[in-house]
Amino acid sequence: MDFADISPKLTMLVYGLVAFAVVVGGLLLLLDVVPTYFARRRERQLLAVAAGDAPAPPAGYVRKPREFGYAIFFLLPVIVLLLIGLVVPVIRTLLLSLKSGDGTEWVGLDNYGWMFSNSDILGVLWNSLLWVVLVPLVATSVGLLYAVMVDRARFEAVAKSLIFLPMAISFVGASIIWRFVYAYRGEEQDQIGLLNQIVVWLGGTPKQWLLDSPLNTLLLIVVMVWIQAGFAMVILSAAIKAIPGDIVEAARLDGVTAWQMFWRITLPSIRPALIVVIVAITVATMKIFDIVRTMTNGNYDTNVIALEMYNQAFRYQETGQGSALAVFLFILVIPIVVFQIRNLRQQREG
Amino acid sequence: MAVFPRRRQAIVIATVVGLALSATACGDDSDSGSGSNGSSAECSAFDKYDGNDGKKVKIYASIRDAEADLLEQSWKQFTDCTGIEIDYEGSGEFEAQLQVLVDGGNAPDIAFIPQPGLLGTFAKAGKLKPAPADTKTSAEANYPADWLKYGTVDGTFYGAPLGSNVKSFVWYSPKTFQEKGYTVPKTWDELIALSDKIAQGGDKPWCAGIESGDATGWPATDWIEDIMLRDQSPEVYDQWVTHQIPFNDPKVAAAVDRAGTILKNDKYVNAGFGPVKSISTTSFQEAGLPILENKCYLHRQASFYANQWPQGTKVAEDGDVFAFYFPAVDPSKGEPVLAAGEFTAAFADRPEVQAVQNYLATPEYANSRAKLGNWVSGSKGADINNFANPIDKLSVQILQDQSKVLRFDGSDLMPSAVGAGTFWKGMVEWINGKDTASVLSGIQSSWK
Repeated sequence: MDFADISPKLTMLVYGLVAFAVVVGGLLLLLDVVPTYFARRRERQLLAVAAGDAPAPPAGYVRKPREFGYAIFFLLPVIVLLLIGLVVPVIRTLLLSLKSGDGTEWVGLDNYGWMFSNSDILGVLWNSLLWVVLVPLVATSVGLLYAVMVDRARFEAVAKSLIFLPMAISFVGASIIWRFVYAYRGEEQDQIGLLNQIVVWLGGTPKQWLLDSPLNTLLLIVVMVWIQAGFAMVILSAAIKAIPGDIVEAARLDGVTAWQMFWRITLPSIRPALIVVIVAITVATMKIFDIVRTMTNGNYDTNVIALEMYNQAFRYQETGQGSALAVFLFILVIPIVVFQIRNLRQQREG
Repeated sequence: MAVFPRRRQAIVIATVVGLALSATACGDDSDSGSGSNGSSAECSAFDKYDGNDGKKVKIYASIRDAEADLLEQSWKQFTDCTGIEIDYEGSGEFEAQLQVLVDGGNAPDIAFIPQPGLLGTFAKAGKLKPAPADTKTSAEANYPADWLKYGTVDGTFYGAPLGSNVKSFVWYSPKTFQEKGYTVPKTWDELIALSDKIAQGGDKPWCAGIESGDATGWPATDWIEDIMLRDQSPEVYDQWVTHQIPFNDPKVAAAVDRAGTILKNDKYVNAGFGPVKSISTTSFQEAGLPILENKCYLHRQASFYANQWPQGTKVAEDGDVFAFYFPAVDPSKGEPVLAAGEFTAAFADRPEVQAVQNYLATPEYANSRAKLGNWVSGSKGADINNFANPIDKLSVQILQDQSKVLRFDGSDLMPSAVGAGTFWKGMVEWINGKDTASVLSGIQSSWK
């Protein structure tokens, strides 16, 4: 590669680093200078009081507004970014979902009516439901089972990295790999797909796996589980390791079976981690896009909300219908987020 | 909270300032190599575009990689002589991204739009600038009126044609045809007779594939369009693509069923891949390759399929593979040609943008691009000897042939929700066994 080609990018990188240093450095500096300034002032005032020159300043009085000012100062960038990045787009999407495809006239709830009456879109919603129910359930169970089984086993590190490795592959990469696994060639030809080759070895005839609904959606779900099980396993394994040794020992002394140990000790102890994992995987599954787009492009009745939303809004220029789908997806995510926040709060209080 | 000692503070400040200074020093060396040398003899041809030295024109299109390199090479002399700097960007997500760019106020100066439907959307939204007079004059002098109407919206001419490709081709192996004593069919009946002959010998004659990532289904829509033109008249074709007749009109159904006599015939397809349904999972890139292994004899695909053959394959009338014109059902009604191509549409009307537009519409540009190879143009001013590749040459001959009836790829003329949505998806379902009537009425209901 020519240096001239990459030099603008390097300059950009340097700019980025400088901007980062300025902002973060500036904040740290402020964090340092401002409290010192106030501390010094208070020190001087206290000294003055001690010397008997001035009346004592009220102790709790100055603290409050200053802390409020701090909070505003540090929250402001976040609030501004949230406003531009989240709140405004949400409102705009909401408005767009009430407009026609080209965004010129108001159509009321027509786009939502279309969503729940069009048989294709209903199929899309059912597929999404299948994803959201199956992926968190299967991925978390597999991850948990694996984490419990390899815990303190002989080759734990190796066994764990085997399951964790798929996490390092992008969804698109994983989809391409699995498309080869499901690939089909006619009976008279050599199979290039692993699954069909196995079928042929077992004496069956090769099948076009990705064509038949609903089997094809299940086969796509396998890809997601393959990726996410590693994530579940790592988090849950760490949680299992963090169970206090004395609880486990006490249980052992009481003579629990392995079964009881799992249900009475392990599971309740890792409950917070379990919830985090399930919520994270559920949200990731709701947004699933790449796997379906890469493997079937939503054909053969495998389409899901996020992909259909993209197609409607950006490929078919039906922004109204696309926005309606986006709003629906947004509404679906809200209960999960609320649940997660409440859960976090309970944990903090408990 | 930890309180830093004073000295460390000084170091932090010094570092930050130092970094900032060095960055500005680096940023200064922006290249300014636009020096015009418009005086030399080679450049005299570009005199009429003078006066835009150092100006920038941003072009956005779907053409990428090697093709994009050739594109940039093709206007190099123009940019060198005029001093206009062309900033070209190709994107695989062109259609979706162009909309985003235009909506966001970041429209490119010029876009090469391959879908007249999309061009019409932008024109009607008032985003496009009408083509300058010189562009219009050279376009009218070099392209048939049938073709120019695809760059015209409500009587205003916006886009001059750029590259083209011919879709009405059937790929075959001249070598195999000679060995087996087959002749290139000249009529539809001969084509079917040949297919039957091959099928009787125990081989499947046709291979096809419509998988194409997020555009899966498009090769099947080309089949339907090509047969629409043959089964019906070009006038009915125009009514169909402009929705003057419904999508599930019996005339359309007849054409789809005729396509089905080949595509959904288990005796005919899918050579080298499997049963009919394997068409939907076979990628269009590899669909024709069994021809090289003598497993498949006929593959209907556009001229650009020439790029898909592995290196060392001789693409010529006496070579390993070549293509013949997809024959007409009734040649007495004229020979229809399905074609596609890009149009240069401008979102700005600055003088340098118009200069580029004017240049791209000239036969000089067409010849400059043609000499670099791997390109087809319908421009009458393009010299046939500049097209080295035999299939490109054949395509140009077909496009320049006045007796042929030229029509644009219909799915590119329809609204994108249909032409790049339900039509594609409908064809996938059709290949997978859904009946013609319900597929067509499904597409009809999506066309608002």
